[in-house]
Amino acid sequence: METNAISRRNFLRASGLAGTALCLGFYFPANAKKEQLMSATDQSGFEFNAWIRIDTDGKVTLTDHRAEMGQGSYQSVPQIIAEELEVNMKDINVIFAQGSPTKYGSQITGGSSTIRGSYKNLLKLSAAAREMLITAAANQWNASANECYAESGHVIHKPSGKKLNYGELVTAAAKLPPPQEVKLKKISDYKLIRKPLQRLDTPMKTNGEAIFGLDKRLPGMLYAAVERNPRLRGKVKSFDGSAALKVPGVKQVFKVQMIVFNTTRDGVVVIADSTWAAMQGRKALRVEWDDSGFEHVNTSDIYKAHEELLKTKEGLSFKKQGQPDPIIEQASKKIDVIYQTPYQSHGAMEPLNCVAHYQSDKIEIWGPIQAPDWVQGDISDKFKMPKDKVIVNMTFLGGGFGRKAFLDYTHEAVAISKQIGGPVQVVWTREDDLTQGPYRAGISYRGEGSIENGEISALKFKMAGQNIDHWNNNKRDKANGSTTEGFLKPYFDNIKNISFADVPYEMPLPNMWWRSVYASTNGFAYESFINEMAVLAEQDQLDFRRKYLKDERCQALIDKMEQVSGWKSRKKNEGFGVAITECFETMVGQIVKVSRHTDGKVKIDQVWAVMDCGWYVNPDIIKAQVEGSIVMGLGAAAIHEITFKNGLVEQKNFYDYLMPRMSDMPPVEVHIMENTADAGGVGEPGLPPFAPALTDAIYDLTGKRIRKLPFNLNTV
Amino acid sequence: MINITVNGQHHDVDADPNMPLLWVIRDIIGLTGTKYGCGAAQCGACTVHLNGEAVRSCVTKINRAAGQNIVTIEGLSINNNHPLQLAWNEMNVPQCGYCQSGQLMSAAVLLRENLNPTDQDIDDAMSGNICRCGTYQRIRAAIHKAADIQREGAKI
Repeated sequence: METNAISRRNFLRASGLAGTALCLGFYFPANAKKEQLMSATDQSGFEFNAWIRIDTDGKVTLTDHRAEMGQGSYQSVPQIIAEELEVNMKDINVIFAQGSPTKYGSQITGGSSTIRGSYKNLLKLSAAAREMLITAAANQWNASANECYAESGHVIHKPSGKKLNYGELVTAAAKLPPPQEVKLKKISDYKLIRKPLQRLDTPMKTNGEAIFGLDKRLPGMLYAAVERNPRLRGKVKSFDGSAALKVPGVKQVFKVQMIVFNTTRDGVVVIADSTWAAMQGRKALRVEWDDSGFEHVNTSDIYKAHEELLKTKEGLSFKKQGQPDPIIEQASKKIDVIYQTPYQSHGAMEPLNCVAHYQSDKIEIWGPIQAPDWVQGDISDKFKMPKDKVIVNMTFLGGGFGRKAFLDYTHEAVAISKQIGGPVQVVWTREDDLTQGPYRAGISYRGEGSIENGEISALKFKMAGQNIDHWNNNKRDKANGSTTEGFLKPYFDNIKNISFADVPYEMPLPNMWWRSVYASTNGFAYESFINEMAVLAEQDQLDFRRKYLKDERCQALIDKMEQVSGWKSRKKNEGFGVAITECFETMVGQIVKVSRHTDGKVKIDQVWAVMDCGWYVNPDIIKAQVEGSIVMGLGAAAIHEITFKNGLVEQKNFYDYLMPRMSDMPPVEVHIMENTADAGGVGEPGLPPFAPALTDAIYDLTGKRIRKLPFNLNTV
Repeated sequence: MINITVNGQHHDVDADPNMPLLWVIRDIIGLTGTKYGCGAAQCGACTVHLNGEAVRSCVTKINRAAGQNIVTIEGLSINNNHPLQLAWNEMNVPQCGYCQSGQLMSAAVLLRENLNPTDQDIDDAMSGNICRCGTYQRIRAAIHKAADIQREGAKI
């Protein structure tokens, strides 16, 4: 059994609550690699909050400190706590934390970090609470704690069978010092963790009860719709709101600015007594925009520029070993190809929205927010309000995918509330959501490589595309920190001559992270290229990878992929393709099978996915996340893209930014590798391998290698 | 005043006759289970039943619903026990959950009209409902499961 030392400082009892409830919490400084614990004296000046609260009546309240946007934190965080705390899932109440990095550390729900970033601490915290309850019971019985155990919210004295529920023990437990160390369960002893339990949020999502940001209502709340510059950075030159003010229900019209990183975006807002009235008023606005700037960009210009950069510039080196250039130059068996990936919108089903209530002494916000801690800091900063007076309340998110970790829409809502002096809900339309960005940047890649004696003698990759970091005008002298994201690390152990470089491309289009971030585009290029190298070496794609991915987990993953898909018994050119990527410490391999149907169209018959995310909580949530990632990957590979024409986004709604639908859904089978490695991410890593596996399958079937996304499955 | 019946309750609504039913339901009547997704009948998140038929409430003017019976997700069953809701729960269909009200309301019409839908029937009936989380495989399985539950229930 693993023993985990716990600093006394790890456990902070809220003195104000000690009489009635046992509250335990721990503190993660944002971005800290290891937990750094805060002493009780450090707590002065902020209100202590906790993951676990047990009332004297036995009610157990657990906190989800992250956003629930579909990925399952509302289930998986409590599932971890309940395991070591020894309570039943049916007996707990789950609440969302408000934004407060001083209480919870990082709350940004991104980078697939909820579990991998907190599970070790959650386990220890929960086990410590259990031990304090056991000690309290043992004291009451004048028994040894070793004779007692916890189960289903009770402490039981084994020899006598005596039993007390947690509520009866809270008052005594709260007076105890936290244990110096706790014993954590072995994986084989888990009763909840690693079990496919039903999500606690499922019932309320099937009867309309779940409250999303757009469902938030406050007394006296007004609704707002904002006409923002369609060219993304232009200014309001003038506007005429007189017609808008004549629309029944419309109350006010004024100019508003929204800060987008280090730029501002202008808009004109219409305030009304219903969403519809605000939208109608907005249609009646007349706005003249000052569009000077970059507004004439076309998508074709972007990719032409990428191609030129990739052909003429070496870029900023990110990683290099050996001497790939001279080897490739002298090689006789080599390839030199370019891959292109498109701009994409997040397209969450719940369009952006935010309820804000600016008051003289505090600012309160409700909304679909991925980063409540960032929002708190941002609003505090921009509106000169102390952080503890900026209250960021969480709702369920109708999808996020990275977009709702951005701070523009919350800032805009507070600015509007401040102006009208009351609570307001700002509602973005689908058109706003699609045309305003920020987007996943389209990135182009050049892959060069050579084969000698059936082996990769050299590999060279360059990427060219907008860099998220450049929004803040920083890191321009350094290669994109995510240049190799998606590419399996063990390749570096066995390919001697290899280099990765980033050729910076400046274009002031708003761009940001999108599910699986750079792995979503890198993975397509790098794994497609490995497949192309396998073809050049005349080897089976999986056997070819085995030679370079000698690491035990990689070998096991490849074995599993072969086994579940019947890879070895497939026939030549039957339409099988493969890719393996790494994303947020998790490795996912996918095999896609396609065929040509009688109508001449290529159809995806089956997808097999194998995920190695190490330690995990809920296998059913993992499967759901991989299924969903594959659908999102399919959309980005073969269904939709954001394009620009004369500075305007061409897609307006789901009639021209098409989405995968029921009839596009291929059968997906997900397998999880069983091991005890540290937890990796789950919500995003299932996405990157899909596109390269799909295009590899199409190559196997048709002999045509697709290097530009998106492509049309109907015309392959 | 426009009179409509929502989940069996009568409402006299003072609204612009052009206001879509979606906003009447959400902003005036105050039932928020019906969702806004696109405003253009493209995504199905706003699906409700109008006299038993699935309609996209974001493009259905309140005028058209006058004097008629509307059922929203809140009225699909009394206790979250419609066969589809039972199946949705058993198979853990929702992820973010935002589109699921609309998915369920579309599926409910399919299941009423077709006691044993095939995959093709499901594709046809459900193709108007987008799920960005990609729960389609589970929706399909849950509709089949709900058909089983419905048939079992009919036997009793």
